[in-house]
Amino acid sequence: MSIFVDEHTKVVYQGLTGSQGKYYGGLNRAYGTQVVAGTNPKKAGSLVDGVQVFATVTDAVNATGADASCIFIPAPGVRDAVIEAAEGGVSFIVCITEGVPAHDEAWFYNKLKRDFPGVRLLGPNCPGIISPGKCNIGITAGHIAKSAVPGEHNVGIVSRSGTLTYQALYELQQQGIGVTTCVGIGGDPVPGTSFIDCLEAFEADPETHAVMMIGEIGGSAEEEAAEFIRTRMQKPVAAYVAGQTAPAGKKMGHAGAIVSGGKGTAVAKMEALRDAGVRVGANPTEAGELMVEIIKDR
Amino acid sequence: MDLFEYQGKQLFGRYDIPVSPGEAVTTVDGAVEAAERVGFPVVVKAQVQVGGRGKAGGIKLAANAEECRTHATAILGMDIKGHVVEIVWIERASNIAEEYYASFTLDRSAKRHLGMLSAQGGVEIETVASDSPDAIAKVWIDPVDGLTEDVAREWVAAARLDPAAEDGAVDILLKLYRAYVDGDCDLVEINPLILTPDGKVHALDAKVSLDNNAGFRHEWQEYEATQERDDREQAAHEADLQYVGLDGSVGIIANGAGLAMSTLDVVNQVGGSAANFLDVGGGADATKFVNALSIIDHDPRVRSIFINIFGGITRGEEVANGIVAALGQIDIKSPIVIRLDGTNADEGLAILEPHLGDQLQVAPTMLDAARKAVGLANR
Repeated sequence: MSIFVDEHTKVVYQGLTGSQGKYYGGLNRAYGTQVVAGTNPKKAGSLVDGVQVFATVTDAVNATGADASCIFIPAPGVRDAVIEAAEGGVSFIVCITEGVPAHDEAWFYNKLKRDFPGVRLLGPNCPGIISPGKCNIGITAGHIAKSAVPGEHNVGIVSRSGTLTYQALYELQQQGIGVTTCVGIGGDPVPGTSFIDCLEAFEADPETHAVMMIGEIGGSAEEEAAEFIRTRMQKPVAAYVAGQTAPAGKKMGHAGAIVSGGKGTAVAKMEALRDAGVRVGANPTEAGELMVEIIKDR
Repeated sequence: MDLFEYQGKQLFGRYDIPVSPGEAVTTVDGAVEAAERVGFPVVVKAQVQVGGRGKAGGIKLAANAEECRTHATAILGMDIKGHVVEIVWIERASNIAEEYYASFTLDRSAKRHLGMLSAQGGVEIETVASDSPDAIAKVWIDPVDGLTEDVAREWVAAARLDPAAEDGAVDILLKLYRAYVDGDCDLVEINPLILTPDGKVHALDAKVSLDNNAGFRHEWQEYEATQERDDREQAAHEADLQYVGLDGSVGIIANGAGLAMSTLDVVNQVGGSAANFLDVGGGADATKFVNALSIIDHDPRVRSIFINIFGGITRGEEVANGIVAALGQIDIKSPIVIRLDGTNADEGLAILEPHLGDQLQVAPTMLDAARKAVGLANR
């Protein structure tokens, strides 16, 4: 099985008419994702590569039964786009957009939690989610991911980094290991979906046998994940934390990747994960090898 | 983006937060003239974005023009922990009865805003937090609700300030929260927030950090212009590259922030050290590589360059073509080691093949490439 999205997921693309939305929406559709609609209030009624464009998410949901949305709207419009998606009735929102103000993120995180408790937001500033062979929403290259094989030992991936996620998918594919779902939670300070949300779902998924986790400096999400793994998880976890040599006080590319006041260091995160029984690699390659060992030993 | 104290105070002023009258100046004569207008006694304060100014001699009281001239002469040009003082803030000196601490920031773990208030101000809050954590009253604010007056009042009561300061503190905290939210700040901090002998509460310092992602809805050009960046960071900023300058000898280019961070890690693990962090992003535009390579090659620290690319949707041959085109446009002094993996890596390597030699090498894995690049840097 997969978590959060599968072959039945119907996706509306907010911003399908923009260059990014059109490009990645097209790639997702070619992969097999049910790309059922796009939105743009000024271009309702038009088609993008045969996909119908609606004025609002509500219209798109009513006409197509979409249950997920993917946001490719520029950062200034993201706050409204997230709420529009939730009000429109989808239960899963993937926000790819980078550069969303932290105050907006904190606001819509709490707004969703309060007024739309059944809605899950992934991102912003994330590569999206792929359940290989079933559904790919976002900017991940589908061909580097091997589908999960029923009856074999499959891996789930959760990561704060895009490229490192692709590398993990690729290395597992090279080793012949299938992936149930790969979730990019993104590198921003207030991600809609956390490591713990994904770990919990993977722990409950009978087809996922182990989890690969890729963290980075900043915040305490890895420490919180470690506590969850220690107390609530049976399945083995391998991990890597990027930024062991990052200087304090500097944002390392991602808005959330910053060591401040001595907090959020990679060393502290790696220690917390090790203490929770996680196999922690010193670099992405080593973490991949540890994951392979875990699977091959089973 | 961090602001100088005087910029923070100007921001506070726009939200009616009481601050001392003052002026920012860049010359000694300007300092004396400003002091005459502000009225003696004044405080001459070095404007640097680093803590510990006072201990370094960057904050001095001046009772008259002569003292102001002496202090401004000493402070302008002073080096405080590697930051050279180019601006001083001249403000009217305050009488202080009590020193408090107040701040708002985003608590990433709670996913809400965190307000901190303490009756023990004027010292580093980290010290208070470790020595007497109970001395900090905290309040978590749901961004949807905002900070209400009732909550602010309870919060101030919990901090056990002097009763004479309570009303003034509530008023300032409500305004400070508005400045924090409307201003898209990562942090607003007043340390010290003072109570004067005549019962007034006001901000004696201002530490403000802005969220660069919110620049689209603010006029921040003035702050942009005064950012402390070294030459490398300035050039990278102008080329719109995600760049952080470091002290090592291996220049780094990677596609993706996570991969760039892990490239620094791997270089370190094989005994080297990186000269920079640089995320060139997705795509394979030759211009981006031209910009990235020239910034890195101009850095006198750099002895070798490690380009670490993982192809996803952007294929290996596209990236290889971009790099080859870039190298055709500029001369690079340092030898380059490329690791190219992922989508169509073999096709990409085939494109690089005819250009390989002492100046341009490839390696099959991140670790191999890091060893090669570090070896070249240490020659």
